[in-house]
Amino acid sequence: MMPVSPQLDDFFAEKMKQYPTQRSFLVPMLLYTQDELGYLSADAIAYLATKVDVSELEVRNVISYYSMLTTKPRGRYHVQVCTNISCMLRGAEEVFEHCKQRLGIGHKQTTPDRQFSLEEVECIGACSWAPAMQVNYDFHENLTREKVDAVLGQYRAQANG
Amino acid sequence: MADLASHPDEVKVVSRRFGLGAAALDRYLELDGYKAVQKALQQGPEWIVSEMKASNLRGRGGAGFPTGMKWSFVPKESPKPKYVLCNGDESEPGTCKDRLILEHDPHAVIEGAMIAALAVGAKTAFIYIRGEYRYLVDILRRSLDAAYARGFAGKNVFGSGVDLDVRWHTGAGAYEVGEESALMESLEGKRGIPRIRPPFPAVVGLWGGPTVINNVETLAAVPHIILGGGEWFAKLGTPKNGGTRLFCLSGHVERPGVYELPLGYNLKKMIDEVGGGVWKGRQLKAVVPGGSSTPLLKPDEIDLAMDFDTLMKAGTFLGSGGVVVLDERTCMVKFAQRVMHFYQHESCGWCIPCREGTDWLKKTLDRFHAGGGVRRDIDNVLYLSENMLGRTFCPLGDAAAMPTISIVKKWREEFEAHLEGRPCPYEEHGAAVSQLPVLA
Repeated sequence: MMPVSPQLDDFFAEKMKQYPTQRSFLVPMLLYTQDELGYLSADAIAYLATKVDVSELEVRNVISYYSMLTTKPRGRYHVQVCTNISCMLRGAEEVFEHCKQRLGIGHKQTTPDRQFSLEEVECIGACSWAPAMQVNYDFHENLTREKVDAVLGQYRAQANG
Repeated sequence: MADLASHPDEVKVVSRRFGLGAAALDRYLELDGYKAVQKALQQGPEWIVSEMKASNLRGRGGAGFPTGMKWSFVPKESPKPKYVLCNGDESEPGTCKDRLILEHDPHAVIEGAMIAALAVGAKTAFIYIRGEYRYLVDILRRSLDAAYARGFAGKNVFGSGVDLDVRWHTGAGAYEVGEESALMESLEGKRGIPRIRPPFPAVVGLWGGPTVINNVETLAAVPHIILGGGEWFAKLGTPKNGGTRLFCLSGHVERPGVYELPLGYNLKKMIDEVGGGVWKGRQLKAVVPGGSSTPLLKPDEIDLAMDFDTLMKAGTFLGSGGVVVLDERTCMVKFAQRVMHFYQHESCGWCIPCREGTDWLKKTLDRFHAGGGVRRDIDNVLYLSENMLGRTFCPLGDAAAMPTISIVKKWREEFEAHLEGRPCPYEEHGAAVSQLPVLA
């Protein structure tokens, strides 16, 4: 059994043709695989290693370099609060504290129901709209306590729905 | 989707199509889209490079290298394929401009990459976007599909007989990959460990072929230069600093935002007038002029023309266009600590001065800010930073050292105020660096 969907496998095969070496598309493949599975499982790593013809160890070596990639499951909604300089100057530490309290978890932790995980992240390119966070790939900017509550509430409703 | 800001002093070149729906190909065509690449096809590589040289466009990623000159370094004949690589790994803290360009005008980046490819004789261009910017990857993919469908990219572009592919690629979270040689490693499917130079990418780059690497904003300016002429673009800025650039104002200003201003625009005016001044009526303490890597300026040092040469004379850099404003209540020790946390986190660990230097600096600044500092720590922070400077494999070590050295030298009294077990004076007075507004 292939660990990813046939659609994703086809997409990888098509995209790999655009590069002169087999492993070139590896980093995006890791990210798209993770998006589908929630994390990079041992099966997924074996599948990608075969696909690009490198060892599993080498795939793990690449994974460990990139901060977005993980071999451990995260929450369905991964809350990433930027606390780098521009965000820090406009209250990011309080945003992060507020998220910790609201979610009842800390940095790189996941709620028991697996719906939310939290991470303090480096600059996400929202400096002029600080403080900011990303939930999965969605940006939420110019945050206040109320706005954080509304955003988290929205995802909570989706999780329950 | 980030909000757009505007100010009457803006000169809109790269941001001309922002907010006009130009991500849709038909709209882009209505707004002079893909005319520049057709003109470039007719005029040929030598003309393109000479216009680029005349434009005095300098790399918008941070280093400010003249773009036309960079293109001219690529050998005409090469046994290996040549490539153009667009660096959209925007990660320098304080910088959020490439995001707007890719969101509002993705075809300009595609067109700029195509013109670069024509200039150097490459058949393939890659646009690499950081992993966090997935919505921009999606926008770019749709834009490329549309361009291919019309025959603007791929085989026989615009019926010229020239084949030219433009491809998208994405990262997965790494500041270091914004460094050009690490970027190539990442695109080749590896860890983003920088390469030793020479050979430079213009000679040996992607998969061993000559490669031109340009920032998103640099390439987005190219079609405007080709249509408007190099001389026109050069005149918008100051001598040797052609054109405009997107300045990202952030931190303690009343009106943060991304503003396109001519090179040479006065920094003090940028903060006071464009940014609406320091927020909450407070006094200015410090300015980061070009992203977190650049040495900070004191309030009496900011009457400066924002161009590459003037800032270098002032002991800092124009960098990536990220202007971060710090008010009087900001603790500089804490700021230095946060900056070092970032570089320690992002150091790839390949070379020892950076790996060890950033880690020791982080630990020292953590302890220092928490009240556990001793007097010799202050000089030790300087010593560690100065020993990292110029001794690392890639510029990340320098990027960590430069702001730190400037903070210790210019705000030494703030370090002294933390000594002898005293808590941070800025937090003690109830004026913590960060104060979230209660209402939106």
